[in-house]
Amino acid sequence: MNKQIHELSVVELIRGLEDRHFSSVEIVKHYLDRINRYNSELNAFLYVNEDAIKQAEKIDKEIANGNKKPLLGIPLAVKDNFLTVGLPTTASSLVLKGYYPQFESTVTKRLLSAGAIILGKTNMDAWAHGSSTETSQYGPTLNPWNLGHLPGGSSGGSAAAVAAQLVPVAIGSETAGSVRQPAAWCGVTGFKPTYGRVSRYGVIAMASSTDSPGPIARNVEDAALVISAIAGADPYDATSSSKEVEKYHQLLKRKNLKGIKIALVKEYLLPTMRTEVKTLIHNAVKHLESLGAKVEEISLLDPKYAIGVYTVVMRSEVSSNLARFDGIRYGNGREMFGDEAKRRIMLGTYTLSAGYYEAYYKKAVAVRTKIVSEFENTFKEYDAYIGAVSPGPALKLGATKNEPMFGEMQDILVEPSSLAGLTGAGVPCGFVDGLPIGLQITGNQFEETKILDIAHLYQQTTEFNKFPEKYQK
Amino acid sequence: MANITIDEVAKVGVLANLPLSEDEKKLFADQFSTTIDVINQLNEIDTKGIALTSQVNHLENVTRPDVIDKDRILSQEQALSGAKNVHHGFFVVKQILEKDSE
Repeated sequence: MNKQIHELSVVELIRGLEDRHFSSVEIVKHYLDRINRYNSELNAFLYVNEDAIKQAEKIDKEIANGNKKPLLGIPLAVKDNFLTVGLPTTASSLVLKGYYPQFESTVTKRLLSAGAIILGKTNMDAWAHGSSTETSQYGPTLNPWNLGHLPGGSSGGSAAAVAAQLVPVAIGSETAGSVRQPAAWCGVTGFKPTYGRVSRYGVIAMASSTDSPGPIARNVEDAALVISAIAGADPYDATSSSKEVEKYHQLLKRKNLKGIKIALVKEYLLPTMRTEVKTLIHNAVKHLESLGAKVEEISLLDPKYAIGVYTVVMRSEVSSNLARFDGIRYGNGREMFGDEAKRRIMLGTYTLSAGYYEAYYKKAVAVRTKIVSEFENTFKEYDAYIGAVSPGPALKLGATKNEPMFGEMQDILVEPSSLAGLTGAGVPCGFVDGLPIGLQITGNQFEETKILDIAHLYQQTTEFNKFPEKYQK
Repeated sequence: MANITIDEVAKVGVLANLPLSEDEKKLFADQFSTTIDVINQLNEIDTKGIALTSQVNHLENVTRPDVIDKDRILSQEQALSGAKNVHHGFFVVKQILEKDSE
């Protein structure tokens, strides 16, 4: 093979392992060496698994014995809000500094039983509160495309780790944009499954009615492979769906988009958006049309209203979910919460308190109904809708300062989809100022196969899936 | 323009069990007003007679068999493993009752 290990996709690594081009130990050592070399400047990983090589040795024996598992021998990174036995889990907060979980999250349990090796835990906005990774109480992660810029968030460590090729694939989680937005800012592929498609058990909760774990990957095919491994009903999460899980990665078969109808949402081309970003979205439209899709402009509720709904729903659920962290059974006291967590807990407490509940919470969940029914109507006619993932490229370090609504503003274009529990892909669609821009392709609930297939074909027929020069060697 | 007062922030801080400094109270009062303004935009939308959506996965009354799942039971040692302050196998909590309040 001519390519170096870190230039291979997960699918290529699996083939290489099967053909004995390299061992799992060699892959793990290669990536640990890269983490060692680059993590001090990027701060993508909070912890590295010291047992990773030992685990890979065991797996190499399994491979030698002819064992077959979907991710056998593949190292990956996991966002620090997934409980992992034997690895510290802090959700990037000082409240959980030094915490070792007593049980394993369903997602990581499934990854481990699929033969994967957890290489380490990645940095994030503390408690997943934010879209910058700047609210991490362990310092921000930097964007591998330009170290003066933010990686996005909240799964910023996972996105930066994949972009800098410190790991072939990583797990993130979305409440509204936390997989797709950092993937977009770091120029990699993010995928948000339908709400309930992937279990939330053992994921430190943010907003329980929208939280959705998902992969950040080098390409759509790898993302599909990982979703196939982690999706499906879980008796430990009553909101998980019992709908059958497809082998998504084996269903990416489209050669064209004939018969596919795609909506371009007029309101998602925000008046404040830079022309260069709009041009990239219009280029994507032309490309999808050239593949045979029919693209039509449609009108939906102004996404600024989704911000209002999301702000109330998320902060209300946050105030309830974070009430349990009191430092008695584990962790440290509530005085250790950072500013962003305090703001969100308190605003949620306020919107749920007597006298304000009707005006804020009830109003918000009524507008949520409107958003949901608008999408239901859209998907009667269209297979998917598209737009930018985030209004612009990665912003500079420090951009969150004195911006209490920073996250909501950067996620404005994906918040409606999260409130409705839809599924969506984010794939690179070009560059502005040398920084990547992401295209969202969003579909109805449980249409993972269709969305992955469209996104895969788009990616296969465009040239935007690149990695930063600095981390190629 | 919403106007959240420092007193309101202090009251919410007590409800949310968060210790706040005077500087924080002032900062959060200003920032809350900004956030409430964004939320208040929702009043531009007519929601009369519209049902409320608190969850979107269309599942109702999900139950499980009433049997013990040993995989989900922590041993006493595991349960206490993260606690800073334990006493004879119990979590130590702050005293909430006064001696003479029987």
